[in-house]
Amino acid sequence: MSPVLSAKSLSKHFDGVVAAEAVTIAVAAGERVGLIGSNGAGKTTFVNLITGYLKPDAGAIELDGRDVTALGPREIERLGVARSFQIPQLCAEMNVLDNILVAAACGGEALSFWQPAHTAQTRERALALLERFALGAHAERRVAELPGGIRKLLDIAMSLTRRPRLLLLDEPTSGVSVEEKFPMMETVMAAIAGETHSEGTAVLFVEHDMEIVTRYASRVVAFYSGRVLADGAPATVLADADVRRHVTGGQI
Amino acid sequence: MKRTVWFGVSLVVIFLIAGLLLPKWLLFLCTMAAANGVVSLGIVLLMRGGVVSFGQGLVFAAGGYAAALLSNKLGVTDALLLTAAGGAAAVLMTAPFAVLLARYRGIFFAMLTLALSMVLYGVLVKMDALGGSDGFTMSRPTLLGMKIADAWSGYVLYSIAVVATGLLSIGARIYFDSSRGLVSLAIRENELRVEYLGASVTRVMAANFLLAAFLGGAGGALAIMALGHIEPNFSYWTTSGEFVFVAILAGHTGVLGAFAASFVLELVRSFSSSYFPNTWQMALGIFLLIVIRFFPRGLGSLIKK
Repeated sequence: MSPVLSAKSLSKHFDGVVAAEAVTIAVAAGERVGLIGSNGAGKTTFVNLITGYLKPDAGAIELDGRDVTALGPREIERLGVARSFQIPQLCAEMNVLDNILVAAACGGEALSFWQPAHTAQTRERALALLERFALGAHAERRVAELPGGIRKLLDIAMSLTRRPRLLLLDEPTSGVSVEEKFPMMETVMAAIAGETHSEGTAVLFVEHDMEIVTRYASRVVAFYSGRVLADGAPATVLADADVRRHVTGGQI
Repeated sequence: MKRTVWFGVSLVVIFLIAGLLLPKWLLFLCTMAAANGVVSLGIVLLMRGGVVSFGQGLVFAAGGYAAALLSNKLGVTDALLLTAAGGAAAVLMTAPFAVLLARYRGIFFAMLTLALSMVLYGVLVKMDALGGSDGFTMSRPTLLGMKIADAWSGYVLYSIAVVATGLLSIGARIYFDSSRGLVSLAIRENELRVEYLGASVTRVMAANFLLAAFLGGAGGALAIMALGHIEPNFSYWTTSGEFVFVAILAGHTGVLGAFAASFVLELVRSFSSSYFPNTWQMALGIFLLIVIRFFPRGLGSLIKK
Protein backbone atom coordinates (compact mmCIF):
# COMPACT_ATOMS: atom_id res chain seq x y z
CA MET A 1 0.00 0.00 0.00
CA SER A 2 1.37 3.45 -0.89
CA PRO A 3 1.90 5.71 2.12
CA VAL A 4 -0.55 8.47 2.97
CA LEU A 5 2.34 10.78 3.84
CA SER A 6 5.77 10.66 2.38
CA ALA A 7 8.28 13.26 3.55
CA LYS A 8 11.53 13.00 1.59
CA SER A 9 14.78 14.56 2.79
CA LEU A 10 13.12 17.63 4.31
CA SER A 11 15.46 20.37 5.46
CA LYS A 12 14.69 23.66 7.13
CA HIS A 13 17.12 26.16 8.62
CA PHE A 14 16.41 29.38 10.52
CA ASP A 15 19.39 31.76 10.36
CA GLY A 16 21.83 28.90 10.63
CA VAL A 17 19.81 26.98 13.24
CA VAL A 18 18.95 23.49 11.98
CA ALA A 19 15.22 22.85 12.48
CA ALA A 20 15.03 19.91 10.06
CA GLU A 21 17.85 18.08 8.28
CA ALA A 22 17.18 15.36 5.70
CA VAL A 23 14.04 14.18 7.48
CA THR A 24 12.52 11.22 5.67
CA ILE A 25 9.35 9.66 7.05
CA ALA A 26 6.58 7.65 5.39
CA VAL A 27 3.26 7.04 7.17
CA ALA A 28 0.71 4.43 6.08
CA ALA A 29 -3.08 4.64 6.48
CA GLY A 30 -4.24 3.76 9.96
CA GLU A 31 -0.79 4.08 11.58
CA ARG A 32 -0.43 5.79 14.98
CA VAL A 33 2.93 7.49 15.01
CA GLY A 34 4.35 9.21 18.09
CA LEU A 35 6.88 11.98 17.44
CA ILE A 36 9.26 12.46 20.37
CA GLY A 37 12.23 14.67 21.06
CA SER A 38 13.39 17.34 23.46
CA ASN A 39 12.37 20.97 23.00
CA GLY A 40 13.86 22.35 19.80
CA ALA A 41 14.41 18.87 18.33
CA GLY A 42 12.28 19.69 15.27
CA LYS A 43 8.95 17.94 15.98
CA THR A 44 6.71 20.98 15.61
CA THR A 45 8.78 22.20 12.65
CA PHE A 46 8.07 18.86 11.00
CA VAL A 47 4.33 19.26 11.66
CA ASN A 48 4.45 22.83 10.33
CA LEU A 49 6.23 21.65 7.18
CA ILE A 50 3.68 18.90 6.57
CA THR A 51 0.74 21.29 7.01
CA GLY A 52 2.23 23.93 4.71
CA TYR A 53 2.73 26.57 7.41
CA LEU A 54 6.47 26.43 6.71
CA LYS A 55 8.13 25.72 3.36
CA PRO A 56 11.15 23.39 3.36
CA ASP A 57 14.50 24.67 2.10
CA ALA A 58 14.97 21.29 0.43
CA GLY A 59 13.10 18.02 0.05
CA ALA A 60 9.57 17.07 -0.95
CA ILE A 61 6.27 16.19 0.70
CA GLU A 62 3.77 13.86 -0.92
CA LEU A 63 0.23 13.06 0.12
CA ASP A 64 -1.14 9.91 -1.43
CA GLY A 65 1.59 10.21 -4.06
CA ARG A 66 0.81 13.86 -4.91
CA ASP A 67 3.52 16.49 -4.42
CA VAL A 68 2.19 19.13 -2.01
CA THR A 69 5.49 20.81 -1.12
CA ALA A 70 4.48 24.16 -2.58
CA LEU A 71 0.90 24.20 -1.27
CA GLY A 72 -0.38 26.36 1.60
CA PRO A 73 -2.21 25.19 4.75
CA ARG A 74 -5.65 25.64 3.18
CA GLU A 75 -4.93 23.56 0.08
CA ILE A 76 -3.23 20.86 2.15
CA GLU A 77 -6.17 20.71 4.55
CA ARG A 78 -8.48 20.23 1.60
CA LEU A 79 -6.40 17.21 0.56
CA GLY A 80 -7.24 15.55 3.87
CA VAL A 81 -4.64 16.76 6.37
CA ALA A 82 -5.96 18.16 9.64
CA ARG A 83 -4.15 19.31 12.72
CA SER A 84 -4.69 20.34 16.29
CA PHE A 85 -2.47 22.78 18.13
CA GLN A 86 -0.28 22.72 21.23
CA ILE A 87 -2.13 25.85 22.37
CA PRO A 88 -5.76 25.28 21.31
CA GLN A 89 -6.72 27.56 18.42
CA LEU A 90 -10.40 28.25 19.05
CA CYS A 91 -12.92 31.04 18.73
CA ALA A 92 -13.10 31.92 22.39
CA GLU A 93 -16.13 34.21 22.27
CA MET A 94 -18.25 31.67 20.40
CA ASN A 95 -19.83 28.64 22.01
CA VAL A 96 -18.57 25.09 21.60
CA LEU A 97 -21.24 24.09 19.06
CA ASP A 98 -20.50 27.12 16.88
CA ASN A 99 -16.80 26.24 16.87
CA ILE A 100 -17.66 22.81 15.46
CA LEU A 101 -20.07 24.36 12.94
CA VAL A 102 -17.32 26.74 11.82
CA ALA A 103 -14.98 23.78 11.32
CA ALA A 104 -17.64 21.90 9.36
CA ALA A 105 -18.45 24.95 7.22
CA CYS A 106 -14.79 25.68 6.45
CA GLY A 107 -14.25 22.13 5.32
CA GLY A 108 -17.34 22.08 3.10
CA GLU A 109 -17.39 22.50 -0.67
CA ALA A 110 -18.12 26.24 -0.73
CA LEU A 111 -19.20 28.70 1.92
CA SER A 112 -22.80 29.58 1.28
CA PHE A 113 -24.06 33.16 1.33
CA TRP A 114 -27.56 32.07 2.33
CA GLN A 115 -27.65 28.45 3.59
CA PRO A 116 -28.03 28.74 7.39
CA ALA A 117 -25.10 27.54 9.47
CA HIS A 118 -27.56 26.22 12.05
CA THR A 119 -29.86 23.59 10.56
CA ALA A 120 -31.27 20.48 12.19
CA GLN A 121 -28.84 18.41 10.13
CA THR A 122 -25.67 20.42 10.84
CA ARG A 123 -26.52 20.65 14.55
CA GLU A 124 -27.18 16.92 14.75
CA ARG A 125 -23.83 16.11 13.12
CA ALA A 126 -21.97 18.59 15.29
CA LEU A 127 -23.59 17.31 18.48
CA ALA A 128 -22.80 13.71 17.51
CA LEU A 129 -19.13 14.65 17.10
CA LEU A 130 -19.17 16.49 20.42
CA GLU A 131 -20.67 13.43 22.10
CA ARG A 132 -17.77 11.31 20.83
CA PHE A 133 -15.47 13.70 22.66
CA ALA A 134 -17.71 13.76 25.74
CA LEU A 135 -18.33 17.47 25.06
CA GLY A 136 -22.09 17.30 24.48
CA ALA A 137 -22.86 18.86 27.85
CA HIS A 138 -20.70 21.89 26.98
CA ALA A 139 -22.27 22.54 23.55
CA GLU A 140 -23.86 25.86 24.46
CA ARG A 141 -21.06 27.12 26.71
CA ARG A 142 -18.77 29.94 25.65
CA VAL A 143 -15.29 28.60 24.95
CA ALA A 144 -13.61 31.34 27.01
CA GLU A 145 -15.27 29.89 30.13
CA LEU A 146 -14.00 26.33 29.60
CA PRO A 147 -11.06 24.66 31.38
CA GLY A 148 -7.89 23.79 29.46
CA GLY A 149 -8.59 20.07 29.04
CA ILE A 150 -11.98 20.69 27.46
CA ARG A 151 -10.44 23.23 25.11
CA LYS A 152 -7.84 20.67 24.06
CA LEU A 153 -10.58 18.18 23.24
CA LEU A 154 -12.55 20.77 21.31
CA ASP A 155 -9.45 21.74 19.35
CA ILE A 156 -9.00 18.10 18.31
CA ALA A 157 -12.73 17.64 17.63
CA MET A 158 -12.64 20.60 15.22
CA SER A 159 -9.86 18.96 13.25
CA LEU A 160 -11.92 15.79 12.81
CA THR A 161 -15.01 17.31 11.17
CA ARG A 162 -13.82 16.31 7.69
CA ARG A 163 -12.68 12.78 8.50
CA PRO A 164 -9.08 13.49 7.48
CA ARG A 165 -6.65 11.06 5.84
CA LEU A 166 -3.89 12.32 8.09
CA LEU A 167 -4.35 13.86 11.54
CA LEU A 168 -1.52 15.72 13.26
CA LEU A 169 -1.87 16.29 16.99
CA ASP A 170 0.62 18.72 18.48
CA GLU A 171 1.14 17.76 22.13
CA PRO A 172 -2.47 16.72 22.78
CA THR A 173 -1.91 16.25 26.52
CA SER A 174 0.34 19.23 27.27
CA GLY A 175 -1.09 21.41 30.02
CA VAL A 176 -3.45 18.64 31.10
CA SER A 177 -3.20 17.26 34.64
CA VAL A 178 -1.58 13.84 35.15
CA GLU A 179 -4.84 12.15 36.17
CA GLU A 180 -6.67 13.56 33.13
CA LYS A 181 -4.07 12.58 30.52
CA PHE A 182 -4.99 8.95 30.00
CA PRO A 183 -8.80 9.40 30.06
CA MET A 184 -8.32 12.23 27.60
CA MET A 185 -6.21 10.15 25.22
CA GLU A 186 -8.72 7.30 25.51
CA THR A 187 -11.48 9.71 24.50
CA VAL A 188 -9.43 11.11 21.63
CA MET A 189 -8.39 7.75 20.25
CA ALA A 190 -11.93 6.35 20.53
CA ALA A 191 -13.31 9.45 18.80
CA ILE A 192 -10.72 9.17 16.03
CA ALA A 193 -11.67 5.52 15.55
CA GLY A 194 -15.32 6.55 15.31
CA GLU A 195 -14.74 9.41 12.88
CA THR A 196 -12.02 7.76 10.88
CA HIS A 197 -11.57 7.87 7.13
CA SER A 198 -12.77 4.72 5.32
CA GLU A 199 -9.17 3.56 4.72
CA GLY A 200 -8.11 4.43 8.24
CA THR A 201 -6.92 7.80 9.43
CA ALA A 202 -3.18 8.01 9.97
CA VAL A 203 -2.36 9.84 13.20
CA LEU A 204 0.90 11.60 14.03
CA PHE A 205 1.13 12.98 17.51
CA VAL A 206 3.87 15.02 19.11
CA GLU A 207 4.25 13.98 22.72
CA HIS A 208 6.65 14.39 25.64
CA ASP A 209 5.01 11.85 27.94
CA MET A 210 6.60 8.49 27.17
CA GLU A 211 3.83 6.54 28.92
CA ILE A 212 1.32 8.09 26.50
CA VAL A 213 3.62 7.30 23.58
CA THR A 214 4.12 3.69 24.69
CA ARG A 215 0.42 3.10 25.12
CA TYR A 216 -1.02 4.83 22.06
CA ALA A 217 1.64 4.76 19.33
CA SER A 218 2.17 1.81 17.02
CA ARG A 219 5.40 3.43 15.87
CA VAL A 220 7.73 6.06 17.28
CA VAL A 221 9.97 8.56 15.49
CA ALA A 222 12.58 10.23 17.69
CA PHE A 223 14.00 13.63 16.69
CA TYR A 224 17.24 15.22 17.78
CA SER A 225 18.67 18.49 16.43
CA GLY A 226 16.30 18.41 13.45
CA ARG A 227 17.28 14.88 12.47
CA VAL A 228 15.52 11.53 12.81
CA LEU A 229 17.42 9.71 15.51
CA ALA A 230 15.39 6.50 15.46
CA ASP A 231 12.24 5.20 13.78
CA GLY A 232 10.46 1.96 14.63
CA ALA A 233 8.34 0.08 17.14
CA PRO A 234 7.94 1.93 20.47
CA ALA A 235 9.83 -0.66 22.51
CA THR A 236 12.77 -0.67 20.09
CA VAL A 237 13.02 3.12 19.76
CA LEU A 238 12.64 3.84 23.46
CA ALA A 239 15.32 1.26 24.28
CA ASP A 240 17.77 2.80 21.80
CA ALA A 241 20.87 4.12 23.57
CA ASP A 242 20.95 7.40 21.59
CA VAL A 243 17.25 8.02 22.24
CA ARG A 244 17.76 7.40 25.95
CA ARG A 245 20.70 9.77 26.00
CA HIS A 246 19.26 12.62 23.88
CA VAL A 247 15.49 12.32 24.20
CA THR A 248 14.05 10.42 27.11
CA GLY A 249 16.95 10.82 29.50
CA GLY A 250 16.14 7.40 30.91
CA GLN A 251 12.50 8.31 31.52
CA ILE A 252 11.29 4.80 30.65
CA MET B 1 -34.74 31.79 6.80
CA LYS B 2 -38.53 31.91 6.44
CA ARG B 3 -38.78 33.43 9.92
CA THR B 4 -36.29 36.15 8.97
CA VAL B 5 -38.23 37.00 5.81
CA TRP B 6 -41.58 37.12 7.59
CA PHE B 7 -40.19 39.19 10.43
CA GLY B 8 -38.57 41.60 7.97
CA VAL B 9 -41.66 41.93 5.82
CA SER B 10 -43.83 42.49 8.91
CA LEU B 11 -41.53 45.27 10.10
CA VAL B 12 -41.60 46.91 6.67
CA VAL B 13 -45.43 46.85 6.67
CA ILE B 14 -45.54 48.28 10.20
CA PHE B 15 -43.17 51.12 9.22
CA LEU B 16 -45.15 51.81 6.03
CA ILE B 17 -48.34 52.16 8.05
CA ALA B 18 -46.59 54.19 10.77
CA GLY B 19 -45.29 56.54 8.07
CA LEU B 20 -48.85 57.64 7.29
CA LEU B 21 -49.11 59.03 10.83
CA LEU B 22 -45.74 60.75 11.05
CA PRO B 23 -45.24 64.51 10.58
CA LYS B 24 -43.22 65.62 7.52
CA TRP B 25 -40.08 66.53 9.44
CA LEU B 26 -40.00 63.11 11.06
CA LEU B 27 -40.64 61.36 7.75
CA PHE B 28 -37.57 63.04 6.29
CA LEU B 29 -35.54 62.26 9.38
CA CYS B 30 -36.57 58.58 9.18
CA THR B 31 -35.78 58.48 5.46
CA MET B 32 -32.25 59.75 6.09
CA ALA B 33 -31.86 57.43 9.07
CA ALA B 34 -32.79 54.48 6.85
CA ALA B 35 -30.44 55.56 4.04
CA ASN B 36 -27.52 56.20 6.38
CA GLY B 37 -28.37 53.11 8.43
CA VAL B 38 -27.85 50.89 5.36
CA VAL B 39 -24.36 52.35 4.90
CA SER B 40 -23.56 51.68 8.56
CA LEU B 41 -24.98 48.18 8.18
CA GLY B 42 -22.17 47.66 5.68
CA ILE B 43 -19.65 48.63 8.37
CA VAL B 44 -21.41 46.29 10.82
CA LEU B 45 -20.95 43.52 8.23
CA LEU B 46 -17.24 44.34 8.05
CA MET B 47 -17.00 44.50 11.85
CA ARG B 48 -18.25 40.93 12.05
CA GLY B 49 -15.06 39.96 10.22
CA GLY B 50 -12.98 42.07 12.58
CA VAL B 51 -12.30 45.18 10.46
CA VAL B 52 -13.76 48.69 10.40
CA SER B 53 -13.80 50.92 7.34
CA PHE B 54 -13.06 54.60 7.96
CA GLY B 55 -13.83 55.36 4.33
CA GLN B 56 -17.38 54.18 3.76
CA GLY B 57 -18.04 57.68 2.37
CA LEU B 58 -16.35 56.35 -0.77
CA VAL B 59 -19.14 53.90 -1.56
CA PHE B 60 -21.80 56.29 -0.25
CA ALA B 61 -20.62 58.91 -2.74
CA ALA B 62 -20.17 56.37 -5.54
CA GLY B 63 -23.76 55.21 -5.15
CA GLY B 64 -25.11 58.73 -4.84
CA TYR B 65 -23.24 60.12 -7.86
CA ALA B 66 -24.11 57.05 -9.96
CA ALA B 67 -27.83 57.40 -9.16
CA ALA B 68 -27.78 61.16 -9.84
CA LEU B 69 -25.88 60.78 -13.11
CA LEU B 70 -28.10 57.94 -14.32
CA SER B 71 -31.12 60.12 -13.63
CA ASN B 72 -29.75 63.35 -15.11
CA LYS B 73 -27.77 62.02 -18.06
CA LEU B 74 -29.50 58.77 -19.06
CA GLY B 75 -33.05 59.42 -17.89
CA VAL B 76 -33.21 56.41 -15.59
CA THR B 77 -35.58 57.67 -12.91
CA ASP B 78 -37.09 54.62 -11.23
CA ALA B 79 -36.23 54.81 -7.53
CA LEU B 80 -35.75 51.08 -6.95
CA LEU B 81 -33.64 50.75 -10.10
CA LEU B 82 -31.51 53.72 -9.02
CA THR B 83 -31.01 52.17 -5.58
CA ALA B 84 -29.79 48.92 -7.11
CA ALA B 85 -27.64 50.85 -9.60
CA GLY B 86 -26.10 52.85 -6.76
CA GLY B 87 -25.12 49.63 -5.01
CA ALA B 88 -23.76 48.11 -8.23
CA ALA B 89 -21.72 51.25 -9.03
CA ALA B 90 -20.13 51.15 -5.57
CA VAL B 91 -19.23 47.48 -6.04
CA LEU B 92 -17.68 48.23 -9.46
CA MET B 93 -15.67 51.12 -8.04
CA THR B 94 -14.29 49.13 -5.09
CA ALA B 95 -13.85 45.72 -6.77
CA PRO B 96 -10.28 46.44 -7.96
CA PHE B 97 -9.22 47.09 -4.34
CA ALA B 98 -11.13 44.26 -2.68
CA VAL B 99 -8.44 41.56 -2.74
CA LEU B 100 -5.74 44.04 -1.69
CA LEU B 101 -7.75 45.41 1.23
CA ALA B 102 -8.83 41.91 2.30
CA ARG B 103 -5.21 41.26 3.33
CA TYR B 104 -5.09 44.13 5.81
CA ARG B 105 -6.43 44.31 9.35
CA GLY B 106 -6.92 46.85 12.10
CA ILE B 107 -5.72 50.41 11.61
CA PHE B 108 -4.12 49.57 8.23
CA PHE B 109 -7.45 48.52 6.74
CA ALA B 110 -9.18 51.53 8.28
CA MET B 111 -6.61 54.03 6.99
CA LEU B 112 -6.45 52.50 3.50
CA THR B 113 -10.22 52.80 3.12
CA LEU B 114 -10.04 56.35 4.45
CA ALA B 115 -7.32 57.16 1.92
CA LEU B 116 -9.42 55.80 -0.96
CA SER B 117 -12.44 57.86 0.09
CA MET B 118 -10.32 61.01 0.33
CA VAL B 119 -8.86 60.36 -3.13
CA LEU B 120 -12.41 60.25 -4.48
CA TYR B 121 -13.22 63.43 -2.56
CA GLY B 122 -10.24 65.17 -4.14
CA VAL B 123 -11.23 64.04 -7.62
CA LEU B 124 -14.86 65.12 -7.15
CA VAL B 125 -13.88 68.57 -5.86
CA LYS B 126 -11.68 69.18 -8.90
CA MET B 127 -14.09 67.75 -11.47
CA ASP B 128 -16.11 70.60 -12.94
CA ALA B 129 -18.17 68.19 -15.06
CA LEU B 130 -19.67 66.90 -11.80
CA GLY B 131 -20.22 70.34 -10.31
CA GLY B 132 -16.93 70.56 -8.45
CA SER B 133 -17.21 71.39 -4.75
CA ASP B 134 -20.83 72.59 -5.21
CA GLY B 135 -22.05 69.27 -6.60
CA PHE B 136 -25.28 69.20 -8.56
CA THR B 137 -28.99 68.56 -8.15
CA MET B 138 -31.07 65.61 -9.15
CA SER B 139 -34.72 65.66 -10.13
CA ARG B 140 -37.26 63.70 -8.14
CA PRO B 141 -37.31 60.00 -9.03
CA THR B 142 -40.32 58.04 -10.27
CA LEU B 143 -41.71 54.84 -8.82
CA LEU B 144 -42.60 51.95 -11.14
CA GLY B 145 -43.11 54.39 -14.02
CA MET B 146 -45.31 56.78 -12.04
CA LYS B 147 -44.45 60.35 -11.13
CA ILE B 148 -44.49 61.18 -7.45
CA ALA B 149 -46.98 63.91 -6.57
CA ASP B 150 -45.68 66.85 -4.51
CA ALA B 151 -48.15 66.26 -1.70
CA TRP B 152 -47.01 62.66 -1.28
CA SER B 153 -43.34 63.03 -2.11
CA GLY B 154 -42.18 62.82 1.54
CA TYR B 155 -44.15 59.68 2.27
CA VAL B 156 -43.29 57.98 -1.05
CA LEU B 157 -39.55 58.64 -0.61
CA TYR B 158 -39.86 57.37 2.97
CA SER B 159 -41.66 54.24 1.69
CA ILE B 160 -38.99 53.62 -0.94
CA ALA B 161 -36.32 53.90 1.75
CA VAL B 162 -38.24 51.57 4.09
CA VAL B 163 -38.82 48.92 1.40
CA ALA B 164 -35.27 49.09 0.05
CA THR B 165 -33.65 49.00 3.49
CA GLY B 166 -36.09 46.27 4.51
CA LEU B 167 -35.01 44.07 1.61
CA LEU B 168 -31.33 44.78 2.18
CA SER B 169 -31.70 44.11 5.90
CA ILE B 170 -33.40 40.77 5.28
CA GLY B 171 -30.54 39.90 2.94
CA ALA B 172 -27.99 40.97 5.55
CA ARG B 173 -29.68 38.90 8.29
CA ILE B 174 -29.73 35.83 6.05
CA TYR B 175 -26.05 36.40 5.31
CA PHE B 176 -25.18 36.83 8.99
CA ASP B 177 -26.90 33.52 9.77
CA SER B 178 -25.30 31.66 6.85
CA SER B 179 -22.26 29.42 7.10
CA ARG B 180 -20.20 32.21 5.50
CA GLY B 181 -21.56 34.65 8.08
CA LEU B 182 -20.53 32.31 10.90
CA VAL B 183 -17.07 31.90 9.40
CA SER B 184 -16.78 35.72 9.26
CA LEU B 185 -17.27 35.80 13.02
CA ALA B 186 -14.66 33.07 13.39
CA ILE B 187 -12.19 35.11 11.30
CA ARG B 188 -12.71 38.00 13.70
CA GLU B 189 -11.50 35.74 16.50
CA ASN B 190 -8.97 33.37 14.97
CA GLU B 191 -8.20 33.64 11.29
CA LEU B 192 -5.21 31.30 11.52
CA ARG B 193 -7.53 28.48 12.57
CA VAL B 194 -10.04 29.30 9.84
CA GLU B 195 -7.29 29.05 7.24
CA TYR B 196 -6.12 25.74 8.72
CA LEU B 197 -9.69 24.46 8.57
CA GLY B 198 -9.70 24.95 4.82
CA ALA B 199 -11.51 28.27 4.22
CA SER B 200 -9.94 31.22 2.42
CA VAL B 201 -9.88 34.17 4.80
CA THR B 202 -8.96 36.54 1.97
CA ARG B 203 -11.95 35.48 -0.11
CA VAL B 204 -14.38 35.86 2.78
CA MET B 205 -13.00 39.31 3.66
CA ALA B 206 -13.04 40.44 0.02
CA ALA B 207 -16.66 39.31 -0.35
CA ASN B 208 -17.57 41.13 2.87
CA PHE B 209 -15.91 44.29 1.54
CA LEU B 210 -17.93 44.11 -1.69
CA LEU B 211 -21.19 43.39 0.12
CA ALA B 212 -20.53 46.37 2.38
CA ALA B 213 -19.84 48.43 -0.73
CA PHE B 214 -23.20 47.43 -2.21
CA LEU B 215 -24.98 48.45 0.98
CA GLY B 216 -23.09 51.75 1.06
CA GLY B 217 -23.84 52.50 -2.58
CA ALA B 218 -27.53 51.70 -2.16
CA GLY B 219 -27.57 53.97 0.92
CA GLY B 220 -25.96 56.74 -1.12
CA ALA B 221 -28.61 56.41 -3.83
CA LEU B 222 -31.42 56.52 -1.24
CA ALA B 223 -29.88 59.59 0.39
CA ILE B 224 -29.50 61.56 -2.86
CA MET B 225 -33.11 60.78 -3.80
CA ALA B 226 -34.27 62.20 -0.47
CA LEU B 227 -31.94 65.21 -0.54
CA GLY B 228 -32.15 66.01 -4.26
CA HIS B 229 -28.59 67.30 -4.23
CA ILE B 230 -25.17 65.68 -4.12
CA GLU B 231 -21.73 67.12 -3.39
CA PRO B 232 -18.23 65.81 -2.72
CA ASN B 233 -18.86 65.95 1.03
CA PHE B 234 -20.57 62.56 0.62
CA SER B 235 -17.02 61.16 0.39
CA TYR B 236 -15.42 63.39 3.03
CA TRP B 237 -13.87 61.77 6.11
CA THR B 238 -16.36 63.34 8.53
CA THR B 239 -19.21 61.64 6.65
CA SER B 240 -17.38 58.32 6.93
CA GLY B 241 -16.85 59.07 10.62
CA GLU B 242 -20.58 59.39 11.18
CA PHE B 243 -21.14 55.96 9.63
CA VAL B 244 -18.50 54.49 11.93
CA PHE B 245 -20.14 56.29 14.85
CA VAL B 246 -23.47 54.63 14.03
CA ALA B 247 -21.85 51.22 13.54
CA ILE B 248 -20.14 51.42 16.94
CA LEU B 249 -23.41 52.48 18.51
CA ALA B 250 -25.12 49.56 16.80
CA GLY B 251 -22.55 46.85 17.60
CA HIS B 252 -21.88 43.87 15.38
CA THR B 253 -24.47 41.46 16.75
CA GLY B 254 -27.54 42.39 14.74
CA VAL B 255 -29.10 44.25 11.85
CA LEU B 256 -31.74 46.38 13.54
CA GLY B 257 -29.15 48.05 15.75
CA ALA B 258 -27.74 49.92 12.75
CA PHE B 259 -31.10 51.56 12.03
CA ALA B 260 -31.85 52.26 15.68
CA ALA B 261 -28.42 53.89 16.04
CA SER B 262 -28.82 55.81 12.80
CA PHE B 263 -32.20 57.12 13.97
CA VAL B 264 -30.67 58.17 17.30
CA LEU B 265 -27.87 60.01 15.47
CA GLU B 266 -30.33 61.86 13.23
CA LEU B 267 -32.49 62.74 16.23
CA VAL B 268 -29.57 63.98 18.34
CA ARG B 269 -28.18 65.88 15.34
CA SER B 270 -31.56 67.45 14.60
CA PHE B 271 -32.33 68.60 18.15
CA SER B 272 -28.79 69.44 19.18
CA SER B 273 -28.18 71.62 16.13
CA SER B 274 -31.37 73.53 16.95
CA TYR B 275 -30.64 74.13 20.62
CA PHE B 276 -26.83 74.30 20.75
CA PRO B 277 -25.60 74.51 17.15
CA ASN B 278 -21.94 75.05 17.94
CA THR B 279 -21.47 72.17 20.35
CA TRP B 280 -23.83 69.50 19.08
CA GLN B 281 -20.96 67.13 18.26
CA MET B 282 -20.13 67.18 21.97
CA ALA B 283 -23.61 65.82 22.73
CA LEU B 284 -22.97 63.03 20.24
CA GLY B 285 -19.63 62.28 21.86
CA ILE B 286 -21.13 62.08 25.33
CA PHE B 287 -23.89 59.83 24.03
CA LEU B 288 -21.33 57.53 22.41
CA LEU B 289 -19.34 57.33 25.66
CA ILE B 290 -22.47 56.35 27.57
CA VAL B 291 -23.29 53.60 25.06
CA ILE B 292 -19.72 52.24 25.10
CA ARG B 293 -19.73 52.26 28.92
CA PHE B 294 -23.09 50.56 29.44
CA PHE B 295 -23.59 48.59 26.18
CA PRO B 296 -20.12 47.58 25.00
CA ARG B 297 -21.64 45.32 22.33
CA GLY B 298 -23.76 48.20 21.03
CA LEU B 299 -27.46 48.99 20.88
CA GLY B 300 -27.92 45.90 18.72
CA SER B 301 -27.20 43.68 21.73
CA LEU B 302 -30.01 45.42 23.58
CA ILE B 303 -32.46 44.67 20.77
CA LYS B 304 -31.30 41.05 20.64
CA LYS B 305 -31.94 40.63 24.35
